[in-house]
This record gives sequence, C-alpha cells and structure tokens, in this order.
Amino acid sequence: MHPKRKQKLFIILGLLSLAAIAIGLTLYALRSNVNLFFSPVQIADGDAPVGRQIRAGGMVKEGSVERDDENLDVVFTVTDYVDDLEVRYSGILPDLFREGQGVVVVGELSESGHFEANEVMAKHDENYMPKEVAEALEDSGYSPEDYGVKVEGAD
Amino acid sequence: MLTRMIPEIGHFALIIAALMAVTQAIVPLAGAATRRPLWMAYAAPMALGQFAFVLLAYLCLTASYMLDDFSVVNVADNSNSMLPWYYKFSAVWGNHEGSVLLWSLMLATWGFAVSRLSRGLPRDMVARVLGVMGSVSAGFLLFVLITSNPFERSLPNIPEDGADLNPLLQDFGLVIHPPMLYMGYVGFSVVFAFAIAALLGGRLDSAWTRWARPWTNVAWAFLTVGIALGSWWAYYELGWGGWWFWDPVENASLLPWLTGTALIHSLAVTEKRGSFKSWTVLLAIFTFSLSLLGTFLVRSGVLTSVHSFANDPSRGLFILVLLGITVGLSLLVFALRAPRVSHAVGFGLVSRDSLLLVNNILLVIMTVTVLLGTLYPLLLDAFGLGKISVGPPYFNALFVPLTVLMCVFMGLGPIARWKRMAGSELRRRLWLAGLVALVIAALMPLIYGGEWNPWVSLGLVAALWIVLPLVRDLIDKARKGATPLTGLRRQSLAYWGMVVGHLGMAITITGVTVVSNYSVEENVRMSPGDSVEVAGYTFSMQELKQRRGANFLSDIAVIEVVGSDGERRFVMEPEKRLYLARGMPMTQVALRPGPLRDLYVAMGEELGDGAWAMRIQYKPMVRWLWLGAVLMASGGLLAVADRRYRRRASQSQQRDVSAVQEATA
Repeated sequence: MHPKRKQKLFIILGLLSLAAIAIGLTLYALRSNVNLFFSPVQIADGDAPVGRQIRAGGMVKEGSVERDDENLDVVFTVTDYVDDLEVRYSGILPDLFREGQGVVVVGELSESGHFEANEVMAKHDENYMPKEVAEALEDSGYSPEDYGVKVEGAD
Repeated sequence: MLTRMIPEIGHFALIIAALMAVTQAIVPLAGAATRRPLWMAYAAPMALGQFAFVLLAYLCLTASYMLDDFSVVNVADNSNSMLPWYYKFSAVWGNHEGSVLLWSLMLATWGFAVSRLSRGLPRDMVARVLGVMGSVSAGFLLFVLITSNPFERSLPNIPEDGADLNPLLQDFGLVIHPPMLYMGYVGFSVVFAFAIAALLGGRLDSAWTRWARPWTNVAWAFLTVGIALGSWWAYYELGWGGWWFWDPVENASLLPWLTGTALIHSLAVTEKRGSFKSWTVLLAIFTFSLSLLGTFLVRSGVLTSVHSFANDPSRGLFILVLLGITVGLSLLVFALRAPRVSHAVGFGLVSRDSLLLVNNILLVIMTVTVLLGTLYPLLLDAFGLGKISVGPPYFNALFVPLTVLMCVFMGLGPIARWKRMAGSELRRRLWLAGLVALVIAALMPLIYGGEWNPWVSLGLVAALWIVLPLVRDLIDKARKGATPLTGLRRQSLAYWGMVVGHLGMAITITGVTVVSNYSVEENVRMSPGDSVEVAGYTFSMQELKQRRGANFLSDIAVIEVVGSDGERRFVMEPEKRLYLARGMPMTQVALRPGPLRDLYVAMGEELGDGAWAMRIQYKPMVRWLWLGAVLMASGGLLAVADRRYRRRASQSQQRDVSAVQEATA
C-alpha cells in the first residue's frame, strides 16, 4: 500500500477504535448508573423495583421524624398526600430538611417496603411539592386539588 | 430627586446600548461585505458606546442595591437593609436579571477591549469581529430588556424591606466566582467572532492565529479560575466537603473548558504548522456554543439548583432560540466557507502534530460524554420518557480512564517534534522518565497509606508521566546553552506557559487522586465533653455557645483538636446560622487548611439534650486541586505575555504609519 494511504488508514482505524471504546464505556456507564424516580404512590402501586438504586421524593410528613437517641439513625415518612413511604437513613440531614417540606431521597427499596436512603436532598423551594412528585402524581391521575384524597382505582 | 430616577436612567441606558449593539452588528458586517470603509468604521465607536451604556446601566442597578431602593422588584427580592454593603454589591449578580446584565457587561467589555487592542488588524477583520460580537451582544441585551428587566418597579406598593439574599450566596466565594466564570464564558465570544470573521473573509493564516491566541488563552484562564473557585466555594460552603458533584451546572462550566482546552492546543498547531484550520474554527464555534448552552441550562430553569433563579419558561425559550440561531448560523457559515480556508499539511504518525490531534480527540470525547450525561435526563424528561438522574458513578467511570489516557499523550507531546520524528528517539528520551514514574507511583501508596492501592498508583503515574518528561526536556534545554541558565533563558514565555500549565494539571491530578482515596469522614453525635478520633487527630467538644451576627443568629460548637503527637492544640469553631429574613438555616464550616491536609468540621442538626450531629473530615492534599488550577491559568496567561504577540503589535503599527505616509504622499 502507498505509505500515505497506510498512514491515513492507521489514523482512521485509531479514531474508530477510540470512538468504539468511548461509546462502549458510555453505554455501559449509563446503563448501570441511571437512577429512576418514583413517588410514594407509584411505590405503593408496586411500580418501583426492589433492591436497585432509585430516587423517591415527596413531602416530609409533619411529626414523622424520629431520631435515635444513641446514634445518627433517623426514620421519617415521605408523603405525596396520597401514599406514605417510610424512609430510614443514617447520617446528617441537610440544612433545609424540615417537616412539611419537599425532599428527594436516593437509595433502595427494601423487601419489607421501607426505603433505605443513602442520600437525602432537601428541595430549595419552601412552598410546594418537588416538581418530580407533582408530575408523578398527575401521571397517576391526581390533580393538585385531589392531594390528600386517595382515589381508589385511579391510575 | 435624581437618586429616585436611577432605575429609569439604567433602563434607558440599557435600551440605548441595545440599539448600539444592533448597529454594531449590522453596519460593519454590511460594510465589510460591500467594502465600504465608512460603514466598517462604525464598529469601534459602537463598541465603545455600547460598553459605556451597559456599564452605566450596571452601575445604576448597583446604586439601587446600595441605596436599598426596594421599589425595584429585583432589589426587593434579593436584598435587605441589614445586608452588609459588600453583599449588596455582589447581590446584583446573585439573581437571574442581574447576572444576565453582568453577562452583557462582560461581553461589552470584551468587545471594547478588542476594539482598543486590535489596531494592527486589517480594517475588514476588525469590522467583522466586532460585528459578530455586536450580534451576540444585541441578542443578550434584547433578552435582558424583553424577558428579564432588572429595573422593573413595584409601584405604588413599595415593600418595607427586601426578602434578603439567599444565605448560601452571602459569601466571599460568590463575590468572585460568577464574575470570573462569566469572563471566561463570554471571553470565548472573541475567538468565536474571530473564527466567523475568518470564514466570512476567507482568510485564515498564521497572523490570524497570532491574533486569536492571546484572547483565547485569557478567556480560558478566567474560566479555569472560575471553575476552581466554584469548586472551592462548594467545598467550604455547602458543608459536606465535596469539591465536585457532577451537578449539571458544574458540567455546564466544564464543557466549554474541555473544548476550550482543545482549542488552545489546536490553535498552537494552526499557528506553527498551518494545519487543522477548519478544526480550529469548528472548535471555536463549539466552545462558544457550549458557553451559551451552559447559560441556557443555568438560566432557563430546566435545572433546579442553587444556580437557577428563574423559572419563567419564556426566558428559557428565548435563550434556546438565541442558542439555536448562533449555532445554526455559524455552522452554516462554516459549511459554506470552511473549504476555502482549509489547507492540507502532512505530518508523520510520531510527531507533535499527531499527538496534539489525539489530545484534541480525547478532549472532544470527554466533552461528548459529559454532555450526554448532562442532557440525557433532560431529553428523556422533555419527551416524556421518564424521570432519571445520571449520578457521579457514570461520570467517574468515563472521565477517569479518559483522563489517564490523555495523560499518556500529554507526557509525550512536549517532547515530540513538529512534523515527524523517529519513534526510537522518543523512546530513547523517555524510557527513564517512564520507569521512574512507574517505580515512584507503585511505591508511594505503600509509603503514604501503608498499603498498596492501584487507583492511587494509577493517578500518580499519570501525574508523574506529565511532569518527568518535562523535567527531562528542561534538562536537555539547559544543556544546550553555554551554561544551564542561558539554555533555559533562551526559551520563550510561551514554552514556560506550557510547562507551568502542564505542571498545574499534574498537581490537580495528584490532589484529586489523594483526596479521593485517603479522605476520612466521620459523622458523629457529640455533646459537650465528648471526643472522637479521626485520622490521628482527637476532636473534643468543649462547649456550645450562641452569637448574634448582622443578619443572623448562630449556634457555635467549640471544638479542641489535638494532633497525634499530642503537642499541637488548636480550637475550631463550626457554626450553624439561622438567617432571620428568610428563616433559613446555614452551615458555617470550620476549616484548618494546610498544604498536606485540611481538617473540616461542620455542624449537622441539633439532636436534643445539647447533642449535635457533627461531620468531621480529614481531607489530604485537597488544596492541590485548586493550586493546580491556578497554575494552569497562570500558564495560559504567561503564554499571552510571549514576545511574539507584542512584536507583532509594534510591527503592524509601523506598517500603519507607513501606509498613512504613502496615502498622504
């Protein structure tokens, strides 16, 4: 082969293999590191997978936060005013975490139905439900006026 | 009376500036296309006028903040009479409207600087460059005027006091981080304008790259410092001791940095060898487009974070349209005109050219992976395919191997010759450096951490592989002179800039490696009298006290720390503040910084019975991360000071003088 062409071939092959590696790594990384979001009503309906990293969110139910006296374990209830989800976490809660305010938790759903969180994020908005939760509720057939009323059979 | 009119004066100044920007966009470009000197001569005065009036508008807004004019909605929403004056000053850009105005001010400043410092450029080039910058400026000023007017009044119901600045933003980090970042973002508009001007004029020679390079380097240096400041701010302000979260907003600033880094290197090849021309132009377009994309992501409200203030959909749409027009038009110009400026130059497989090409490709691949991870959730959401988030593991899984791979080529690049060289020569000059890097990197984790850690070795070998070949090169260069010093003195500032910049990269990589692998974090429950040991330091809580600040109340924990030798004792005082105007709690971290380790203590929440949740961290070599970034930026600036850029200016001035003499004769 002509040396110039050979050089070009090498460059093109190099580029292709680099691109292939990059795409392969990207797809692999995306597949194993994407966290889906679920609201308490979806979790109660059994839509969420057990034992896989997911995100969940809603409002922290008034009066539900219980701290352990000995360590940093905490249990609280996240609600979308339709269904409740019990969340267990160990560690320091963010500054903006408060009862009656929006949170998003990252972690796994356990067999017994509670949520083992390894990260708790407080939402900056102080007044309303996190956007994801409001939309998830709407998808399940609830409008903001219905919050607080569990509509049987709605989906 | 006059002080009451300040917001109106600012508003009018902004309108005039927008009109001037439109003129600056249309007349000089039309003049360059039809070769009319008078029309082209509009560019510089309009750039000056636009700068003056945007500055006036900006000063008016600042004055409204300083004078607590709560009839201005923007001031009422983001300031408070109790706020210290320096935070009133920085609160101007701590909100959507003000920050877009700052963006516009920076853009006008860069345009003005180009018009003042480009006397040596051909007239049509100046007209085109300023015309393109005027177009971008016009778009942004119209955006401010139409969707985000910072001077809007709430008459006649004037609030008694303002809602206060978000406490997270009441910090020195916020005073400097956004201006630096914006200077970088916006600074890439200059090289973008140069690229479009080159395409329009069909002229892209080495003189063009000599004009474009200093501007690119300065913008890149600003962006580097801006990103580092953001990381530093997040580290001490957010209270968890993380320094990079792969948050979409952080990614938005990293994207133009990656392509900007590729651009700097591609410009070097274009200047030295006349090749990669279309690629350089394309990178310039991409870099500025990614700056705009970053602005869109942060300002449109599609992301919720501490950075996104606005949730008005019309704003997002406006920036998206602006982005679409910019990218679409510039790529169209590129497609039509690039064949005219491109020029094939051959080079060997082993040469600095090809190594820089590989570096460019890797940087672009990194950009694409980060872009994909950032946009993928947004796209899925937009098409109603579900709500997902892409976490740090994705980015780490891709970014770490790509960075290591890039380091391999970074070590080779500075040693390789342009055009072609024998592979055996490269091997002869580098085998020792490679061997030393491997041995040190393999042994360091054993000495430092007590056990072998493959990740630490990998990070260190990457860092050493950048540094050691440079050392070898410096030794070779020193040997060539009569004395070592004369040999080194002969090197240009651009060369030293490269050395310092690459050294900075190595230092950042070392910092990242060590802090990621050897950090210790303990979350504990502490009451006065309790103590806990973390990484050889004993932290004892002495007492809890309370304090009243200007606009907050705070709980303070007094922690006495004793080093492992039992000798050094010092006190750290983390705080938990409650900002009164918003009723918002904030963590104030206590830091004991050092070159080899930071100690980091933050208060969590009160647990009752005088006990607090405390977060205690040991962060080895975390400072290296930002030190490296500062060195990288210095390297970029050092290269700008190179003699060849100054010589060009004085030569072209002489040429102008002789041209005038000919004309008058």
